[in-house]
Amino acid sequence: MVLGTSKQIVSARATDKQIQAVSQDGGIVTGLLSFALDEKIIEGAVVAGPGEELWKPKPMVAMSADEIIAAAGTKYTFSPNVMMLKKAVRQYGIEKLGTVAIPCQTMGIRKMQSYPFGVRFLADKLKLLVGIYCMENFPFASLETFINEKLGLSTDLVEKMDIGKGKLWIYTQDETFSLPLKETHGYEQAGCNICKDYVAELADVSTGSVGSPDGWSTVITRTDDGDTIFQQAVDAGIFEIKDIDSVKPGLPLLEKLAKSKADKGAKESERRRELGLPVPW
Amino acid sequence: MSLISKVKRFLRIETKPTKDDEEDKPTESKITGASTTEKIKKPVNLEDVGASKQEVEKVAEENAKPRIGYIHLSGCTGDGMALTENYDILAELLTNMVDIVYGQTLVDVWDMPEMDLALVEGSVCLQDEHSMHELQEVREKAKLVCAFGSCAANGCFTRYARGGQQARPDHESFLPIGDLIDVDLAIPGCPPSPEIIAKTVVALIQEDMDYLQPMIDLAATTEGCGCDLQKYIVNNALCTGCGTCAMACQTRAVTMVEGRPAFNSDRCIKCGICRIQCPRSWWPEERIKEDLGL
Ligand SMILES: Cc1cc2nc3c(=O)[nH]c(=O)nc-3n(C[C@H](O)[C@H](O)[C@H](O)COP(=O)(O)OP(=O)(O)OC[C@H]3O[C@@H](n4cnc5c(N)ncnc54)[C@H](O)[C@@H]3O)c2cc1C
Ligand code: SF4
Ligand code: SF4
Ligand code: SF4
Repeated sequence: MVLGTSKQIVSARATDKQIQAVSQDGGIVTGLLSFALDEKIIEGAVVAGPGEELWKPKPMVAMSADEIIAAAGTKYTFSPNVMMLKKAVRQYGIEKLGTVAIPCQTMGIRKMQSYPFGVRFLADKLKLLVGIYCMENFPFASLETFINEKLGLSTDLVEKMDIGKGKLWIYTQDETFSLPLKETHGYEQAGCNICKDYVAELADVSTGSVGSPDGWSTVITRTDDGDTIFQQAVDAGIFEIKDIDSVKPGLPLLEKLAKSKADKGAKESERRRELGLPVPW
Repeated sequence: MSLISKVKRFLRIETKPTKDDEEDKPTESKITGASTTEKIKKPVNLEDVGASKQEVEKVAEENAKPRIGYIHLSGCTGDGMALTENYDILAELLTNMVDIVYGQTLVDVWDMPEMDLALVEGSVCLQDEHSMHELQEVREKAKLVCAFGSCAANGCFTRYARGGQQARPDHESFLPIGDLIDVDLAIPGCPPSPEIIAKTVVALIQEDMDYLQPMIDLAATTEGCGCDLQKYIVNNALCTGCGTCAMACQTRAVTMVEGRPAFNSDRCIKCGICRIQCPRSWWPEERIKEDLGL
């Protein structure tokens, strides 16, 4: 199936007002990691925390709900979260670890778990992997091009960035700017062009905005553990949920985007293979 | 099924490939950037180990445990130590699942016996006659040769050796064993994690060829360095900035700069692990899904 193996697919939103205020979409990532921390399912989580420069994130080990909340929101550039997993276990002494990962990061983590050639005593410590959907990611200089050059704004003024409805949206304190996605094409990193996974098919729980109304997220639970933790959070009132068939635009749009990404990725792989270049799939 | 017949299955003795068939087929490596013109694998058949099919069948009935040897060349014993870190399964493994038939400090045997599997730790020193001889002998006596640890697989830090040191200033040139003999599988790592060792042993006993395929593919390359990330991944438009390489590096030689791996050659021990763990170098999708129950 084009959305990967799933246990349940729902539209959901965190009920906590503080989380709603800071998170990108339905606050699923922040809500779920904080819940898992409170319930001692995990002892800490690797998230994309604030870096030295605004909008340039840095992976960090969050040991409290406050730190998880401080890392909420999407940054459309690199945050190599996977690199912090070992540090979280070795230097922070975390035995039960959670993390958030885009699909390519999920792949690095899962490969390490199945084939831990040089990685000792880490594979079994990861208890919750929340995957987020991803169409592409940008080098920081590309973001600067969009914000500074194309929109003529200072990066420091930007409060939120979002991609949706065919546009890149830039929010400042009192204004909203947008750039059609055709203006961003070609600025993504080249590695994304062979990527086939839109919906983090190997995560415990995957989430993203597509399919659900504004302020809500589409959640796909995949593994037994992921499904159990998400269900516990719903039962505890952390999330309110809606039947995915009852919301607009719903699954057809998500399926369409997932399929087009997989097709494009496969086509680019094929093109590179014909050129004699190495490709992993 | 007896263990020896499992090992036989693993060795593909049952399908009995002819020597010609095998030699026509170049080793197709799935590891991105690995040379596809590397050595052709040694075809294993019963005649090579001097046994008829009936004889092997008979041995299978008498002795069901795979016979394993441990050959220690120029390595630091870290790989053997990692093996013993599998506390939970070690006693069971050594008593009931395998027979350790050869190995300095492990078994009081001077002459190398026939073995189903030889784990070779360490690279081989060209100036060390004893090691050179032992390596040739291993290839003759073992049905399967495994380069165990990065020194055996790709040279690892012995790549920096230049001789001129006591007690043997003449010991200068150290090579991964695959440069001298055919290697059937490789388990790189400095050292390999206790988990990958346990998983490989279990896969061997359960004749789980799918799981072992990457180890077989990895035997086709004897190179490894932090600069591989730039050369094989970034230069080939494959890097996504995921950070797995920086996590995996066992000496913290890799950091992430502007979403791309940067490596410090002064820290790099050339174990090859960063590229091996990179999700863009090779991708075992089916196995991962199976492991996750997806
Ligand atoms: C590069 C990128 C592209 C995306 N593309 C799509 C898309 O095409 N369609 C879609 O539906 N959704 C996409 N998303 C996901 C979406 O923007 C939201 O992140 C997701 O819906 C989670 O929202 P939330 O409110 O549940 O999370 P929040 O509670 O806001 O938490 C977001 C979490 O994501 C982490 N994070 C932020 N930036 C990064 C990053 N660069 N790398 C790794 N982790 C990060 C933060 O640490 C935080 O924990 C993308 C996300 C990224 C990072
Ligand atoms: S599109 Fe794929 S490769 Fe690119 S950032 Fe997203 S998950 Fe990673
Ligand atoms: S950079 Fe690190 S992982 Fe890569 S080869 Fe060097 S020591 Fe090994
Ligand atoms: S592991 Fe990730 S960051 Fe490192 S080289 Fe591979 S794709 Fe790039």
